[in-house]
Amino acid sequence: MNRTKGDEEEYWNSSKFKAFTFDDEDDELSQLKESKRAVNSLRDFVADDDDDELERVSWSGEPVGSISWSIKETAGHSGSTQEGREQLKNQSRNSFSSYAQLPKPSSTYSLSSFFRGRTRPGSFQSLSDALSDTPSKSYAPELGRPKGEYRVCSLERFRSLQDKLQLLEEAENMHDGNVITAVLIFLKRTLSKEILFRELEVRQVALRHLIHFLKEIGDQKLLIDLFRFLDRTEELALSHYREHLNIQDPEKRKEFLKTCISLPFSAEDSAHIQDHYTLLERQIIIEANDRHLESAGQTEIFRKHPRKASILNMPLVTTLFYSCFYHYTEAEGTFSSPINLKKTFKIPDKQYVLTALAARAKLRAWHDVDALFTTKNWLGYTKKRAPIGFHRVVEILHKNSAPVQILQEYVNLVEDVDTKLNLATKFKCHDVVIDTYRDLKDRQQLLAYRSKVDKGSAEEEKIDAILSSSQIRWKN
Amino acid sequence: MAFPHRPDAPELPDFSMLKRLARDQLIYLLEQLPGKKDLFIEPDLMSPLDRIASVSILKQHEVDKLYKVENKPVLSTNEQLCFLVRPRIKNMRYIANLVNADKSAGRTRKYKVIFSPQKFYACEMVLEEEGIYGDVSCDEWAFSLLPLDVDLLSMELPEFFRDYFLEGDQRWINTVAQALHLLSTLYGPFPNSYGIGRCAKMSYELWRTLEEEEESETKSRRPEIGHIFLLDRDTDFVTALCSQVVYEGLVDDTFRIKCGSVDFGPEVTSSEKSLKVLLNADDKVFSEIRNEHFSNVFGFLSQKARNLQAQYDRRRGMDIKQMKNFVSQELKGLKQEHRLLSLHIGACESIMKKKTKQDFQELIKTEHALLEGFNIRESTSYIEEHIDRQVSPIESLRLMCLLSITENGLIPKDYRSLKTQYLQSYGPEHLLTFSNLRGAGLLTEQAPGDTLTAVESKVSKLVTDKAAGKITDAFSSLAKRSNFRAISKKLNLIPRVDGEYDLKVPRDMAYVFSGAYVPLSCRIIEQVLERRSWQGLEEVVRLLNCSECAFTDTTKEDRASSESLRLILVVFLGGCTFSEISALRFLGREKGYRFIFLTTAVTNSARLMEAMSEVKT
Repeated sequence: MNRTKGDEEEYWNSSKFKAFTFDDEDDELSQLKESKRAVNSLRDFVADDDDDELERVSWSGEPVGSISWSIKETAGHSGSTQEGREQLKNQSRNSFSSYAQLPKPSSTYSLSSFFRGRTRPGSFQSLSDALSDTPSKSYAPELGRPKGEYRVCSLERFRSLQDKLQLLEEAENMHDGNVITAVLIFLKRTLSKEILFRELEVRQVALRHLIHFLKEIGDQKLLIDLFRFLDRTEELALSHYREHLNIQDPEKRKEFLKTCISLPFSAEDSAHIQDHYTLLERQIIIEANDRHLESAGQTEIFRKHPRKASILNMPLVTTLFYSCFYHYTEAEGTFSSPINLKKTFKIPDKQYVLTALAARAKLRAWHDVDALFTTKNWLGYTKKRAPIGFHRVVEILHKNSAPVQILQEYVNLVEDVDTKLNLATKFKCHDVVIDTYRDLKDRQQLLAYRSKVDKGSAEEEKIDAILSSSQIRWKN
Repeated sequence: MAFPHRPDAPELPDFSMLKRLARDQLIYLLEQLPGKKDLFIEPDLMSPLDRIASVSILKQHEVDKLYKVENKPVLSTNEQLCFLVRPRIKNMRYIANLVNADKSAGRTRKYKVIFSPQKFYACEMVLEEEGIYGDVSCDEWAFSLLPLDVDLLSMELPEFFRDYFLEGDQRWINTVAQALHLLSTLYGPFPNSYGIGRCAKMSYELWRTLEEEEESETKSRRPEIGHIFLLDRDTDFVTALCSQVVYEGLVDDTFRIKCGSVDFGPEVTSSEKSLKVLLNADDKVFSEIRNEHFSNVFGFLSQKARNLQAQYDRRRGMDIKQMKNFVSQELKGLKQEHRLLSLHIGACESIMKKKTKQDFQELIKTEHALLEGFNIRESTSYIEEHIDRQVSPIESLRLMCLLSITENGLIPKDYRSLKTQYLQSYGPEHLLTFSNLRGAGLLTEQAPGDTLTAVESKVSKLVTDKAAGKITDAFSSLAKRSNFRAISKKLNLIPRVDGEYDLKVPRDMAYVFSGAYVPLSCRIIEQVLERRSWQGLEEVVRLLNCSECAFTDTTKEDRASSESLRLILVVFLGGCTFSEISALRFLGREKGYRFIFLTTAVTNSARLMEAMSEVKT
């Protein structure tokens, strides 16, 4: 509704709602008007109900005819021979009143049953309740129920704190969450924040309902106040932090995350939040830079492997993969270099190697893969080491379709002989299999393997050479 | 193979009546808005609606166009709009936006909101706040029991799980009580009731209240179902977290069965298009393999294929008349069977392919180790590697929860390191997911933090003893220990196996987990039914943290036939899995019972984890 200011002014001045204007400075007068309005609204309530009664009739057209029709349908279909159903069927045929033996629309029922026994009639859910009450009212005489039973009590009548709390307690005893929430909405409206919070602090069931309700309607402010009052600092912090999910703009999200750092998280979570902020900050820089590089079209890696998605809001490991893919050789000083990420976020060796391996293997940069596992000791000897176990390395390499020569090298580094043989057989690293059987002096297995390799291949020749060697003392 | 029912097994009541009832109620509601109208349907209600009504039925009742409730501009030009929705705040906002847009455009239409299965006061409050209360009329469609199969009723309320077990919101308890009330109205009173869990107890109490207030003829009816058993999902998270290996469960884990039907993609149908297939007792092939351990399914299907071939082959020696008979009478059935057979074979192949790729064998090995409680270090590093390699986030979370519940929480060092790695692999915003999991007791740290006890004691000081007890109770739902190991020992959940467990001839319910584990939920039900009470199970109940909320209520019911006393309605509050259904079907066959399942929704480990996840994927 976008009325202009002029329109609005005119609206207020001309309308019969003039009493609602807020520029009234006369206190007494406004008080008078206030109570008058209250009284009027009460009358409206009553009047509303009557109006509704009328409207309902005009709205529903011919409900009686259609419902009985539908019930007959039901009855006609429930042609079971079993006694119980027969009974139901007979009843159904009489009139649609038997329909009433089925449960009524539920919330109406529970709310009304809850307020039954309160002496003063009134209207709680008023309009809509009356609407959905239509059928039940018609059934009421048949059920021998006092008419107007569904005229439920207005909550407005519960004014003393004691009454309100009793109301809440009864709601809790009924177990129906909908009723508990209804009462809480009323309490929220008619009690000051402090009193409401104080009373809920010792009523955990109701408290959880209020928290859920506030979450659902998105009353973040009251929720935060509540957590603060309850001294639930961690929930407060998380609740605030959750908001970032609704912020799409990366810069704004980053700024928001910055405000989260100082929230009362546990020490451990604080570090996670700090990391989240830093990560997004880095991603924004990398993204801007790389988008520029890519569109300039000067950088080979971006031309060969165009980016599929933006790196913004990706997890750290994905970011590391990205940086190993596009920025592997960069010096530690740049934000996008893998080493920089590793240091900033204290990424464990294992995770780093796993990710770098996957990225470099994807690019088929076997040289980098080799370097990843090569360490030099103080004497200058090189040695291959992998924090993740070479069997995993082999699997990752295979997944990225590494050539047999490369695979072979790493299969050979697997320490456990059985695992080694398994992998070598699985990935067809013939040399490894043959050499291993030779070292195991297992003539039978070698013979068996001979039948698996291609006829006339180099592998077959190699096996034959070994089998005919007189140097080996076969164990079988 | 494909266990037949015992000849003395009781007949199941006919639940199709529930469908007709729901349909008629909907028609009645639609007629409340006479004339042409457009119907806006909540996406989550579409599949259930499909199961009970067709478009032509809607059209018959002057529904003009159908729209999905989604965040898109509304194109409808109809003068009457009807919304069929779940009672959710966001739906109210959607409707309010639409109505208010109409208002400011000077357009008047009639609006009707039909809440299913019931309306909530909070929803009406939003309508009021948005200034459209009175402009829209509200109704309730109490459609809360959808028969998905001859023995399976679903409330189709997956949100029940999060609402109750995470948020502590009891809004659906009334819905459950109403559903039970409806069942007792239609199928007679339940002479024997048992239950475990806070929610079970509350639902039961509210239901009793309804029964007492509504002086219906229920009481004079002969009971059709002899027992009812209510069970909270949080008494047994472990079973729901395990990988499923019976066929139906595996299909659910792999393809997601939605409202009793599954979408088989091209990889299954071996054609270009996907196929929506109803999975229930009507599918003759499926009904024979649904409860089988997956390892048996292949053999069964190939045997079936050979039989089919043989039947086709019979036509070779036929004369014209026989052939005519064959074509008119048998061919159709054979073709149908052929079609189903090839579908399920396709599904099996696809499952095999997927499972081999994800190293299912190793995964199952780890799960079994967790269930039995050995090699915890090894399992922990297996999970760690899962996380590091960015294998599915849901899967990693599931394994962590399984580790936590079986071990009474993670040791702090592991908790911190797994959490850190998880956040690094799948995104820092999962911090919220971890907080949820802790709140629901699914993933906790050992030696519960001092924060909780501090709050607890502070609160306790403020109130009287009676109230303090209540509070401790409320808190204990947060802090309670799972005690899985002790319970497992007490109830013998890990069968001792000499030699190989023969999955072809199962000897106990453990077959649904390859013989490694008897589902806790099903074991509890078995034990209570045997005793007709909780007597002798006090220690188990205590370990389950349910001393206050395990109940029995048996009446002397002379009119109950012996047949009805072997029919048991099991109510799972918070969802049940197909594995549990299979296990209880097995138990039923062993004991001559038949189980009827009522669940708030069919669930599995992935659904549970997704419900806890704050980041929608």
